[in-house]
Amino acid sequence: MKRPARLLAVVPALWLAAFVLVPALIVLKISLSAAATAQPPYLPVLDWSAGPVGWSSFLEALDFTNFETLLGDALYRDAALQSLWLAGLATLILALIGTPLAHAMARSPKRWQPLLVALVIVPFWTSFLIRTYAWIAILKPEGLLSAVLLRLGLIDRPLEILGTQAAVLVGLTYAYLPFMVLPLYAVMVRLDPSLREAAADLGASPIRVFWSVTLPLARPGLAAGALLCFVPMVGEFIIPDLLGGSDTLMLGRVLWSEFFSNRDWPLASAVAILMLALVVVPLVLLRESGTSDRDTVR
Amino acid sequence: MGGTGSTPRLDLTGVTKRFGDSVAVADVSLALAAGEFFCLLGPSGCGKSTLLRLVAGFEAPNLGVIRVDGQDMAGLPPHRRPVNIMFQSYALFPHKDVAGNIAYGLPDLGRADRTGRVRDLLARVRLENFENRRIETLSGGQRQRVALARALAREPGVLLLDEPLGALDRGLREETQGELRALQRRLGITFVMVTHDPGEAMALADRIGVMDRGRLVQVGDAATLYERPATRFVASLLGDVNLIPGRVAGRDGDWAVVQTGFGPLRARAPGTMPGEGEAATLAIRPERVGLGAGTGPAGTVTEVTFLGERIRRRIRMEDGTLLRASMPAVAQAPDPHGVGAAIRLDLDPEACRLLPA
Amino acid sequence: MSHFGRITLGLGLAFLYGPILVLVAFSFNASALVTVWGGFSTRWYGVLFADGALLAAALVSLRVALAAAALATLFGTLAALALDRGGRFPGRSAFAGLLYVPMVMPEVITGLALLLLFVGTGLERGLVTLVVAHATLGLGFIAVIVGARLKGLDHTLEEAAADLGAGPLRVFATVTLPLIAPAVAAGFLLAFTLSLDDLVIASFAAGPGATTLPMRLYSQVRLGVNPEINAASTLLVGGVTLIVLGASWLSACGGIRSDVGTG
Repeated sequence: MKRPARLLAVVPALWLAAFVLVPALIVLKISLSAAATAQPPYLPVLDWSAGPVGWSSFLEALDFTNFETLLGDALYRDAALQSLWLAGLATLILALIGTPLAHAMARSPKRWQPLLVALVIVPFWTSFLIRTYAWIAILKPEGLLSAVLLRLGLIDRPLEILGTQAAVLVGLTYAYLPFMVLPLYAVMVRLDPSLREAAADLGASPIRVFWSVTLPLARPGLAAGALLCFVPMVGEFIIPDLLGGSDTLMLGRVLWSEFFSNRDWPLASAVAILMLALVVVPLVLLRESGTSDRDTVR
Repeated sequence: MGGTGSTPRLDLTGVTKRFGDSVAVADVSLALAAGEFFCLLGPSGCGKSTLLRLVAGFEAPNLGVIRVDGQDMAGLPPHRRPVNIMFQSYALFPHKDVAGNIAYGLPDLGRADRTGRVRDLLARVRLENFENRRIETLSGGQRQRVALARALAREPGVLLLDEPLGALDRGLREETQGELRALQRRLGITFVMVTHDPGEAMALADRIGVMDRGRLVQVGDAATLYERPATRFVASLLGDVNLIPGRVAGRDGDWAVVQTGFGPLRARAPGTMPGEGEAATLAIRPERVGLGAGTGPAGTVTEVTFLGERIRRRIRMEDGTLLRASMPAVAQAPDPHGVGAAIRLDLDPEACRLLPA
Repeated sequence: MSHFGRITLGLGLAFLYGPILVLVAFSFNASALVTVWGGFSTRWYGVLFADGALLAAALVSLRVALAAAALATLFGTLAALALDRGGRFPGRSAFAGLLYVPMVMPEVITGLALLLLFVGTGLERGLVTLVVAHATLGLGFIAVIVGARLKGLDHTLEEAAADLGAGPLRVFATVTLPLIAPAVAAGFLLAFTLSLDDLVIASFAAGPGATTLPMRLYSQVRLGVNPEINAASTLLVGGVTLIVLGASWLSACGGIRSDVGTG
């Protein structure tokens, strides 16, 4: 049974090789190329007909100019730092909001729980674009939030939130909340209730039970949630583009504008490689080693 | 094919199965006649379930041959083997109703024939009119019967049963034992049942095979295994037993004299092992230990436990060895063998058995 | 349940649904201004259904999502079966890793990489490249969902079927497939909505010839708030809600079934 079963992997493996692995290698190659006003808009292009000479001249033409540009230019440095800062801050906010929410879900009566999970999943499946768009109407100066606060007399002139980093943080927190809550809930709901009862029986107050028992045991869920939120947030495009100002530079947006506005494909590729090298690969590896550590320690 | 009388229904020769470094089944040879009810008895992890899976075809042996009616099963996948298995979990298909489960093994039958067969099989396990019930609505006992009917549907030459009564309550289990035995007699199918419960094995089986760490250590009927165990493991698996360490002082045919801490004892000693001068164990069941005033070894009663129909006593011998004696409770006051009473033991040499140390 | 728990749940759900409800409410606003309530009206739905470009984009999105979800479901299920049943074959961990990549990769990178592939191989960008991109995106999610179901499957059920004379194909068709069907269906729905929702990857993978609904909405959203988009969003949110409820119903059925299998 094992031999025929592994043959089933052939078609999906070929698909993944063609549409995940090869494209990644192409990005790497183009990040080492130079931009050109040509079709395709980069140099060098491998000349297959020239044989080995074509190969050697092709390889010689590759260099790290794009990465030097990225690292040398304050604009790109700021974009990288701002991405990490906003994504990190949003992850922290998400942890602070998501943990009590997931805890409340896990502690709610069993028959409510499928409904609560579905209620958290619905926004997660609802168009990202639409959910971000919804905040424009709320946050803009003549928007709902300002209107309500003005009516209540809490402020005397419209809020200037839209177009600031605060708006981006609100958008990130809102869009990624389900990604934080669901893994946390999945871990918390499986915790043996007798552990909490034992802690309470030994004299721990509800707050101490949460800090000393529930939270430490829910750490794998918190780690999974943080990873699921942080990595895509660093590369986020829609939220900074719609809610941020022109000064909100995040790597995803830089990549997009280098590609679509400046048509500098090699530089866009270099941004992608930088993002992979700085954020995605280290974090994924960290998580992999984290899971194996946990297995050996416990 | 079959029917010659001399060909065993199921024949295992030198069957060995290793998983990595551990040996699950070691060199097992066994021949079962048609219509026999055979129990594989042993603690969990002794390899009895693996042996069943080897016969069913879910695992392939590293060494050895498995034959059914003389036909070598090597290379034959489970769905081509003339044997069926009843799983411990029953493995009933949750997405099919009772009739769908039972008819699963009969895809080639016409609709009318199939309905009839399902009805017959359900009648056989006393579940008339259960055809359209969903599995999740059945009780544990009903599921067990559906699983049995499903496994019998293809009229296998050998039916393998993996702890078939393990999931049932105690009372239901005893009732079901009787039904299983009667059904097997009526159908004449060879049953190979795996169990860890010696009482169940003794109640059901024509013959019992005791397994210990992958080996088939002794095969025989219940009385043989109980009265004449081959090893300490078999002796203690089948019931309470006193195992007295000693050394063989002398041998005389089927008899031996064993020097124990509280004196020499005569014992039955079939075979030649262990030989003179070697360390040995003397086994005697508590109900064969008599209390008397004769000339036997001396001891003191240290504990008396009243168990209803029996009374059990703990006796300390002069060298400190502790023995158990069990006898029918008889109303007798005052108890002549109460705690502290000095007594002499009456050990019938026929009931004492010499075993390897 | 504690008061604190109730309050947390209430606030959390209000945060999640408040903006969506505001959006839905203003789709029925007679006024074109988002902050001024001008009375109930369905005029923006009329405008929406008269917007040929938007409807054409919606049709493109639906076709792409159906095709991509079907492909992703087929390949994802095959991948899950191979990983669950194939033992330790060479390249297994590389294969599992590649499945995982499109799920964690920032969308801009996936989109850029696919576009560079399409340009490099001279593949004309359009519906086909969109389907390829979205199938790649959904494949891993389906492999995970179906894989979890396969892992939870009681293998003695398949052994029992084989023991009762069913060959490998019949075992798969009559036992394995019916038992994993809820997960396969849920995976299909997820891949479908992922495709329907995606803006970033689609912007890279689609050529000038194909415009999906999110791409069309994005170009309008950039110009500012617009009640017609509220109306379109309301319809999308309603559709997705129905799909999610359907999916959780499917997985609830699956859950009951798996309980029986092991009980």
